[in-house]
Amino acid sequence: MGALTLSAVTKSFGSVDVIKGVDLEVQDGEFCVFVGPSGCGKSTLLRMIAGLEDVTAGDVRIDGVRVNLTPPAQREIAMVFQSYALYPHLSVRDNMGLALKQAGVARAEVGAAVARASAMLSLDPLLERRPAELSGGQRQRVAIGRAIVRRPKLFLFDEPLSNLDAALRVHTRIEIARLHRELNATMIYVTHDQVEAMTLADRIVVLNAGRIAQVGAPMELYNDPANTFVAGFIGSPQMNFLKAGALGQRGETLGIRPEHLQISREAGQIGGTISHVEHLGGETNVYVHTEVHGLLTVRLLGEHRFAVAETVWLTPEAGRSFLFDAAGVRIRG
Amino acid sequence: MAKARQSLPRTAAAHAILIAYTVIALFPVFVVLINSLKSRRAIFAHPLALPGPGTFDLIGFQTVLNQGDFLLYFWNSLVVTVVSLAFVLLFGAMAAFALSEYRFRGNMLMGLYLALGIMIPIRLGTVAILQMMVAAHLVNTLLALILVYTAQGLPLAVFILSEFMKTVSADLKNAGRIDGLSEYRIFFRLVLPLVRPAMATVAVFSMIPIWNDLWFPLILAPAEATKTITLGAQVFLGQFVTNWNAVLASLSLAILPVLVLYVLFSRQLIRGITAGAVK
Repeated sequence: MGALTLSAVTKSFGSVDVIKGVDLEVQDGEFCVFVGPSGCGKSTLLRMIAGLEDVTAGDVRIDGVRVNLTPPAQREIAMVFQSYALYPHLSVRDNMGLALKQAGVARAEVGAAVARASAMLSLDPLLERRPAELSGGQRQRVAIGRAIVRRPKLFLFDEPLSNLDAALRVHTRIEIARLHRELNATMIYVTHDQVEAMTLADRIVVLNAGRIAQVGAPMELYNDPANTFVAGFIGSPQMNFLKAGALGQRGETLGIRPEHLQISREAGQIGGTISHVEHLGGETNVYVHTEVHGLLTVRLLGEHRFAVAETVWLTPEAGRSFLFDAAGVRIRG
Repeated sequence: MAKARQSLPRTAAAHAILIAYTVIALFPVFVVLINSLKSRRAIFAHPLALPGPGTFDLIGFQTVLNQGDFLLYFWNSLVVTVVSLAFVLLFGAMAAFALSEYRFRGNMLMGLYLALGIMIPIRLGTVAILQMMVAAHLVNTLLALILVYTAQGLPLAVFILSEFMKTVSADLKNAGRIDGLSEYRIFFRLVLPLVRPAMATVAVFSMIPIWNDLWFPLILAPAEATKTITLGAQVFLGQFVTNWNAVLASLSLAILPVLVLYVLFSRQLIRGITAGAVK
């Protein structure tokens, strides 16, 4: 098992800086999720950890050993790709065993390792098939199995669920969480989906434009965002950003989550008209257009009868709002 | 195919056009074939008539086969074509892989430089090539032809294959790297099988000009032992008298091997396409 340390890691493609200095410590056995919008550099960072991209400056250490110049195969890592990346000419069994075979492990030992991984993921009936004969979900399970067989120090996942349909995604997500508990391995997981990040992670690293915006446990990020970027990125529907001045508050922006805005037909702090209502059964999202703050979202539990064009009043719940300065940094206390 | 998407007149029109083109394309070959089976008199009397009881004559084929060296010419052509093709595909694919896979200084320029050969005919360099071959003592060897044809085929091969190589999933290659496959294994085992249709296309495009070439065999390897089939057929074309029977017979025979090679590659091509379509 292994820990990962990134110190002042940067990456440039020509004159374009993609990663602008990342410091990060991932503990042994931790499930760490890199999350951020597309183009924030999360996949590049993962590839640098894997050794598929060179590090422009800074150090990557696995278990304290500097691996900047170590080829991917010798870093004792395993990677699961978004497009599965199974070898089309090999059976499931050979796909899973290839890495160990390449490393010169005895045939019997390879067989045992494949059997163990396949039992874990219930892949036994598929072992003799080719990847072309598998469904998307099965392929991704084989790809995960291929990673497990190697017993790596680090598991790297590059958006492994993005190609699966919604139901399979939930199922595989639970599967990955279970594997993490059973293997107790260090996992680095890249996704743009904040639900995956929130449900899987011990710790989330939010990346924005090549820099770490905030690192913390899921609930830390949710309850205590350091800046407007993290506040807006974590949580769905997105946090509302109001003009703090208009509400008599300090700073530039007041952030309040949709579930912490109270809605009333009679009276409240901010007046507006309903522009759209989403009924999801378990919850109702009401979109309210206001003169001063623009479009605000209110999330209500259960079913509520609101109609478009109705005039309503909104009030931020006391103690639930966050204040940010002009640069988007949180004002505390 | 769904019935809703077919209409009889349209299908008929499409087929009419295709059939008309096929007839036009095959007509010269057809004329060569039927006349190779006729007597000399019949060839000139009724060039378009099928060989009948009075006109059927195998004299052309007899002349060609009795000439003795003809099998050698065949063999020479086959060796030159197959070996050149193998080199073109191997080196072309390797260069294409390097150009599409690795980021290095001058990558673009190198690609352009390699593609330049498509636009500049290699025959412009004939004199220099001949001088080089003389200096290297390669005149009148099959190796001289193989080298020239490899050079001739590479630009197009690199150009087409590098485009196809770019479509091969980067994840797959990276998975190979993480599993400890060497770049050569990644190239030969993962990438090449996936670009097989493109390889077949390149093979067909490169093969025909090599097999049909008269220019370089005439200049670089005109010796009896290294004559190719196209050069060998010239024996029957005299300045004053031409043995048309023999010319037509040798041309008919020359079609066969190239046809076999073509069928071989086009099967690959079709298999590649369907394999991709079904996923």
